Amino acid sequence: MTAAEIVNKLDLQVFSGENGLNRKVSGGYVSDLLSDVMGNADEGQVWITLQTHKNVMAIASLKELAAVILVNGNKPDEDTARQSNEEEIPLLGTSMSAFEITGKLYELIKK
Amino acid sequence: MGEKIADQYSVTGGDFSRAGYASSQIKKSLKKLGVDMAIIKRTVVATYEGEVNIVAHAWSGKIVFAVDDEKIRIVLEDEGPGIEDIEQAMEEGFSTATSEIREMGFGAGMGLPNMKKNADHLHVESEVGKGTRVEITMHLN
Amino acid sequence: MQVKDIIRILDARILCGGERLDYTIELAFASDLMSDVLTLSNDNVLLITGLANMQTIRTAEMSDINCIIFARNKKASAEMIELARESDIILMECRYSLYKTCGLLYAEGVKPIF
Repeated sequence: MTAAEIVNKLDLQVFSGENGLNRKVSGGYVSDLLSDVMGNADEGQVWITLQTHKNVMAIASLKELAAVILVNGNKPDEDTARQSNEEEIPLLGTSMSAFEITGKLYELIKK
Repeated sequence: MGEKIADQYSVTGGDFSRAGYASSQIKKSLKKLGVDMAIIKRTVVATYEGEVNIVAHAWSGKIVFAVDDEKIRIVLEDEGPGIEDIEQAMEEGFSTATSEIREMGFGAGMGLPNMKKNADHLHVESEVGKGTRVEITMHLN
Repeated sequence: MQVKDIIRILDARILCGGERLDYTIELAFASDLMSDVLTLSNDNVLLITGLANMQTIRTAEMSDINCIIFARNKKASAEMIELARESDIILMECRYSLYKTCGLLYAEGVKPIF
């Protein structure tokens, strides 16, 4: 499954990083603690969070994540969107809560 | 009608393990008085946000709590760095918290806005280098 | 869903509130940010979090949340368990990630808040 398919199936908003929508997705990781994501997320995962600042993309890039989904209708900071374009890692959004979007993503990837 | 309750608690800056003690005591007192549960929740959420702010930013502080027939009044007063721009601090997402505080689950710039949302009336005054005084008022009728 | 179902689905360990295994949960919220949890207006919500410290319990106490699951194999300290017990909060630990915990509970019919 690619990031683009997830965008379509879960009806996500694409803020930036369109060039990375063909990235392969291996699974998901839910966390709002940046140090935790640094320590525990794996390559190819989609990171679900409500954190919007620039460090999010720095970590997504270091960990080679497939995409970032901002929940609860959160919008990225300007720097964050810019860095997502530079790193070609899609920055996505939903008005759903972390629990709900995770439930749907888990179901989708499991299939 | 006089005051039903008047209490005071001290708060120590940096002591995260105890942050919330005063708010917890206030919650117990309000429950005993039979205050409506929805009002209690808004009161203690606002107070707790304020208590965490003192622990996260200030050196020391105190929380004064008073209830009479008409209202709950909570004053959070600290000795600390103060707030440079109160209007900016009231904006969602604005934060001066350290990464350490963020990793503790706070510091996302939601504290003061959430206090304002929950309080019937919120008044903030601050002097840079001296401290901050926050007054929460809740109407009981 | 009852607490005992959550324990079975997540292979979770109950730390306090074990006498209320039939307590029913309908709504869940997942977050590591307590400032986020403090903005919820719902009561009786299951909090799923990877943040295990005293402030997690305090936040639940203030928000009238009476059931918490620590995911990511986070462990509660004796002090945290004691505070949860005092506040009538059911406390559980599970070794799954927040992702898997949410995925499994959602699949079994636990509803999101909004």
